[in-house]
Amino acid sequence: MAEFLSFREGEAGQEPAVTVEAFTGQSNATAVRIEPGEEPRELLPYLDRLSVVEVNFPAYGDGRGYSAARILREAGYSGELRAVGDVLVDQIVAMRRCGFDSFRPNKPLDDAAVERALNRYSDVYQKAIDGRAPVWAKRHPEKING
Amino acid sequence: MKILTGNDLVTGDVIWWAGDGWSRQVQDCVDVGDRGEELVRTEEAGLRVVGAYVIDATVGDDGIRPAHIKDRIRALGPTVRPDLTLKPHDADAGNWVI
Amino acid sequence: MYRYDSYDQSIVDARVEEFRDQVQRRLTGQLTEDQFKPLRLMNGLYLQLHAYMLRVAIPYGTLSGRQMRKLGEIARKYDRGYGHFTTRQNLQYNWIKLGDAPDILAELATVEMHAIQTSGNCIRNISSDQYAGVAADEVTDPRPWAELLRQWSSFHPEFTYLPRKFKIAVVASEDDRAAMRLHDIGLKLVVRDGAIGAEVYAGGGMGRTPMVAPLIRDFVAEDEIVSYLEACLRVYNRHGRRDNKYKARIKILVHEIGVDEYRRQVEEEFAHMRTLGLNPPVEELDRIRAFFAPPAYEAGLSKEIDRSDPGFALWVDRQVAAHKAPGYAIVNISLKPLTGIPGDASAEQIELVADLAERYSLDELRVTHAQNLVLPHVKIADLPAIWQALDEAGLAEANLDLITDIIACPGLDYCALANARSIPLAQKIAQRFAAAERQAELGELKLKISGCINACGHHHAGHIGILGVDRKGVENFQLLLGGSGAEDASLGQITGPGFSEDGVVDAIEKVTDIYLAQRSEGERFLDTYRRIGMKPFKEAIYG
Repeated sequence: MAEFLSFREGEAGQEPAVTVEAFTGQSNATAVRIEPGEEPRELLPYLDRLSVVEVNFPAYGDGRGYSAARILREAGYSGELRAVGDVLVDQIVAMRRCGFDSFRPNKPLDDAAVERALNRYSDVYQKAIDGRAPVWAKRHPEKING
Repeated sequence: MKILTGNDLVTGDVIWWAGDGWSRQVQDCVDVGDRGEELVRTEEAGLRVVGAYVIDATVGDDGIRPAHIKDRIRALGPTVRPDLTLKPHDADAGNWVI
Repeated sequence: MYRYDSYDQSIVDARVEEFRDQVQRRLTGQLTEDQFKPLRLMNGLYLQLHAYMLRVAIPYGTLSGRQMRKLGEIARKYDRGYGHFTTRQNLQYNWIKLGDAPDILAELATVEMHAIQTSGNCIRNISSDQYAGVAADEVTDPRPWAELLRQWSSFHPEFTYLPRKFKIAVVASEDDRAAMRLHDIGLKLVVRDGAIGAEVYAGGGMGRTPMVAPLIRDFVAEDEIVSYLEACLRVYNRHGRRDNKYKARIKILVHEIGVDEYRRQVEEEFAHMRTLGLNPPVEELDRIRAFFAPPAYEAGLSKEIDRSDPGFALWVDRQVAAHKAPGYAIVNISLKPLTGIPGDASAEQIELVADLAERYSLDELRVTHAQNLVLPHVKIADLPAIWQALDEAGLAEANLDLITDIIACPGLDYCALANARSIPLAQKIAQRFAAAERQAELGELKLKISGCINACGHHHAGHIGILGVDRKGVENFQLLLGGSGAEDASLGQITGPGFSEDGVVDAIEKVTDIYLAQRSEGERFLDTYRRIGMKPFKEAIYG
């Protein structure tokens, strides 16, 4: 069982994450935690200072964290992007596609179940931030569209 | 009286707490008194029921009668398809619902 | 119509296995019901009054004979011999066992069908015009767009946990046959300077607070529609309310921040998202369009109709619509027999319609949001044989858009959310107005019944609408007048205090009497209502 899951090379960030408010108010912190209602773009001026961004999912049905993650990756954030809270194995794939590369769920995840989930879909319909070629790109390999 | 009802987790059948287990017949109901919430917890945790809840019912000449029309429909079946209810051969069954 | 390639098939097959795994985890207690419920809803599985209910997707209401036949087979094998066609062009089975659900989805996958995202807080089945591809007034067939967007919206990683459900409709004509303005997002395809694109409407819907969607963008080109919709959905996902389930639809967001502000936020996000390479190339839409190319219609066919049988003549006049190819016609099949259940079809009827589609309609049929069926490519010469077959199966009611062509949700007979039964009321109304001459005299009169405020019966969009409520444990019915789901979209107005079941039938009769007394030449009920207003109707009803 995994209480912490990482898809990054090297060690996961250990520093405790501070709130967005604390972070933007002149902190030396390199780890920040975003709550669902907060504005991820407030972090855009500081992306090169950040090594860990935690995105909280108080309930897995609150999907705001998926947008927050994608927004950060679209802006060029390349540090650890960690989903924390109510995260089931059923959300791992969508979270990976939105740019999350580490997970600290409330309840440990079954490693075999995670493996099954990651390998279940060989194809995806949309272009997201994970670099996977969507089906439409495979159907038209000679086209690259902007 | 207070009775307990829900659906069978696997089949989805409407079921009623009969004291020693679940029955498909509302007439098998027992009064759960104030033990309803506890029964909901243990029976749901035991995977024997889903969506269980406590309701009011009266006892009369025609037996146990759930207080709300919705639960009477659950007890019998759709009023517009008597053939699909628990009493397909009872022409008056629909009247009991209303 | 669209056919899966190996990619589409592998995705649907994977989804079946994912759900099988989820059901297993539920049955062994690894998932609680609270954890499992959103997952099963995203596979169309509800827990309703009597059993589990499965809602099968019929993408933009189009299917083949083979697919229809499978729906009949599933009704027999796993359900109780019938299905219910819904106001979003889907099919519902009412008596499903959780244990069977994965096998049912596996069987659906063998005919390129699924129940993906037919419930849950995600993007739902994309609906369209039931006459798509055969209507003379469309600028282009809207279904390729609907298919492109079906794929785009399936398992979208960012938009799987929205504040609430999200419904999209696509139309391509001035006549709106899909109630597009009453959707969370509605697209109307238009041609501007020789290019095809969409007018985009956002923030429509029914339910507790019905609203007609305002226009948010005048034109989005077909090669940018995906990135534009991503922007619309992202703004909604981030800012739609999550504190109150009844205020969580996008219509509330658009209303609360104002359409100009919503549009501004979308444009800002769109400026960013259109640079991310999210749009499929035009070649992908062209690839899909090829599946919807007009069939090879025969030429030189007879247009003669032998009207000597009065029953057949009546049916032709009412149920058969003009087709853009000479010698062809569009057949509307009524699922509203006067003593039946609106939208229900037995396995036998489903199989018959499958046969008719294969034999007479180039293997294609449609489901309408009025809970009826359509055979879109019928030769005029075949009409008598089709009518005969339909008549024998109880499917030849000639009541399209008449007062007995009632849209009714399943209501309290089936649905855990309902406050009142809608089907018995529909039957009483149909009985009261059964006489063919009376129906003809009343003409076009769209009557819609919802058993609760969730408005699955679209009562706000009824010329006459009825809402079932619970008044101290007793079923009660509110009457509304003047709604429309067409291009002249409007919301019905309530007449006043509610009625008993018999009371509302009487009230409707008084309403139709006023219409007949007051109408001008050529006016439908809706037109008369709009001209004379609520007052005369209210006086007649309440005295």
